[in-house]
Amino acid sequence: MKQTYTISVFSEDIVGLLNRVTIIFTRRHINIENIITSETEVKGIYRYTIVVTAEKDRVEKVVKLIEKQVEVMKAFYHSDDEIISREIALYKISSEAINQNEEFQKIINAYNAKIISISYDYVVVEKSGSEDKIKRLFNDLEKFDILEFSRSGRVVVTKPMRTLSSYLKELEQNSKITTKKNNKHGKN
Amino acid sequence: MKHDKYNKEVTGAEALILALIDCGAHDVFGYPGGAIMPIYDALYGYSDQLKHYLVRHEQGAIHAAQGYSRVSERPGVVFATSGPGATNLITGIADAQIDSNPIICITGQVASHLLGTDSFQETDVIGISMPVTKWNIQVTTADEIAPAIAKAFFIATSGRPGPVLVDITKDAQFGKTIYKFEKCTSIRSYVPYPEIDKKSIEAAAELINGAKRPYILCGHGVLLAEAQKQIIEFAEKGNIPVASTLLGLSAFPAQHPLYVGFLGMHGNYGPNILTNECDVLIAIGMRFDDRVTGKVETYAKQAKVVHIEIDRAEINKIIHADVPVLGDAKEALSLLTPLIKSGANEKERKAWLKRFEDCHQVELEKVINKAVNPTSPSVKMSEVIDKLHKLSEGKAVIVTDVGQHQMIATRYYHFYDTNNNVTSGGLGTMGFGLPAAIGAKVSRPDKQVVLVVGDGGYQMTMQELGTIMDYGIAVKILMLNNNYLGMVRQWQQLFFEKRYSFTELKNPDFVAIAKAYGIKGQKVTERKDLNSALKEMLDSKDAYFLEVVVETEENVFPMVPTGASVSEIILE
Repeated sequence: MKQTYTISVFSEDIVGLLNRVTIIFTRRHINIENIITSETEVKGIYRYTIVVTAEKDRVEKVVKLIEKQVEVMKAFYHSDDEIISREIALYKISSEAINQNEEFQKIINAYNAKIISISYDYVVVEKSGSEDKIKRLFNDLEKFDILEFSRSGRVVVTKPMRTLSSYLKELEQNSKITTKKNNKHGKN
Repeated sequence: MKHDKYNKEVTGAEALILALIDCGAHDVFGYPGGAIMPIYDALYGYSDQLKHYLVRHEQGAIHAAQGYSRVSERPGVVFATSGPGATNLITGIADAQIDSNPIICITGQVASHLLGTDSFQETDVIGISMPVTKWNIQVTTADEIAPAIAKAFFIATSGRPGPVLVDITKDAQFGKTIYKFEKCTSIRSYVPYPEIDKKSIEAAAELINGAKRPYILCGHGVLLAEAQKQIIEFAEKGNIPVASTLLGLSAFPAQHPLYVGFLGMHGNYGPNILTNECDVLIAIGMRFDDRVTGKVETYAKQAKVVHIEIDRAEINKIIHADVPVLGDAKEALSLLTPLIKSGANEKERKAWLKRFEDCHQVELEKVINKAVNPTSPSVKMSEVIDKLHKLSEGKAVIVTDVGQHQMIATRYYHFYDTNNNVTSGGLGTMGFGLPAAIGAKVSRPDKQVVLVVGDGGYQMTMQELGTIMDYGIAVKILMLNNNYLGMVRQWQQLFFEKRYSFTELKNPDFVAIAKAYGIKGQKVTERKDLNSALKEMLDSKDAYFLEVVVETEENVFPMVPTGASVSEIILE
């Protein structure tokens, strides 16, 4: 059964690594619904947050392939109930359409959204929250002539408690297991 | 003097050559061009320490490097220029990736200020090679070169080996750097040798000790981990039959009583059908390729599967592992064998081995005897290989191209020595054979290297006869010529109503071509001349070309048709 999964990839800061990760999805015809990258709490380690809808089995395999990339430290996947996530969205709306419309203000209040910019031609509304709320607000604002709409992609923290730095420590130890197990070509 | 080179100012190009030497490289296969000229210039002064083989096409360089790495401990090293030089490597890189060959490709690149400007011979080789390399990097300063090479060697050769590519801009090659070399032995984000979970070893031992019909599948990972001795000890202790994958051939000696044969679409009868009768399947260093499994839904469903594999992404990829053992095959087997009870289920295991013997008798009668002692007027591919096996006493390095001759060679040549099988397995690259044989002979000049090749694949990289001539590489070329793209023709016969669409070849005078390159040769059309011709080929101190005209419409059997179960193997 297809389901939404959030894949978190922790990697070195390397030019082109994101491409190495995304082609793994492309080759398997899995569409990336959204993707964001940012530096993590550990300096120099970057995080890609990737949202896909696919079968668990396929996601699991993709995550293994991502983790196989030399400069990827760790990759995880989580279903929606294992994460806390937010998106931010901006809605640019024609000033004319909302001119003296009380309903507009009500909607903004009801969604806990904010007007962050007002100009002669348009206002910009900001909403952060779940994807669902952002979508519903979009539907409700549609009648006011949305000139432009943009979403951030999913920002995520996971519920499981183990910290990234503890994973990194373990990884660093494991990465050093090399000398005693030299294979056919590794002896030179 | 060795120490003189350190802490001295050199060009980036010279730093590259020094770093290659410090990484243990002895030989390079390559082809010069504009963007790699500074490197070739630096190489000129080190040709006594780093021997360069000028191939006739970059694809030849990469396949030669593959052949080179297969038969010895050394990884292959390749030089190519930017643009077309680099793109000509891609097929071989893809082949090396899928068949886990440690190859270090060095490509020249346009100067860094020209990157992304569509300048002459500029191509995004990093982007192009990304899906088919284990790792790649573009280097734009001289200082980065030596560390990149150290890292490239470490990544290519460790864990599950694979090809890497280092793209070096021309300004980095010309730039100055103080040469230092530090060997790369670990990378913090990379775990080439996972720590083996002892519980998985215990669980595997428990399953195996309880098994009445255990069955070992030996893959390429056994060769890569150098676990040949360990797999014999393991199999002998448990009295367990061993079959080999295509790339695993020569890991387990074919003359060993526990060796039962070759797996896959054109593999042996017993090894295929008995996969669906074993109770514990022990897969070692292999990845359950679709040519091995046939229809996955009906593959070994009755069996518990123990999968010993170093690449985590291979575990549960195709076949569910009841007991996955993540780690190096040699280490895993060293831990596992002491826990194996010798004499467990002795009677049942004897009967189980007998099943393989019975199947072998069936295959002998229905396929093998007819194939090696045919009564047909025309020569059969299988009898040629059978004679080659006997004359070379199973000890030659056999390099094959791709197609019918490849399956025939791997079916009828029995490998008595290890690291003697060189073939393009996963990618099935026609044109692989001739350059791979060159690389194998350069790597192991002490061995008899025989290329078995078809008339189709040979013509894809035939220009490498020039490399053989140039360096006097004593490769023995055995062409099985049926004037067809035989494997495709076989499928057209069996599955496309004999509509032989573009599979018949109008061929040149191959002996004359070899002769033009100064290579001795002859053409054999009759059975009576076969033995002496093969003998002459094997006895030749120099390269030799032997063309054997074989039956035009011979099919390779047994065969597991695509989409069929391994137990539905067709014998004739």
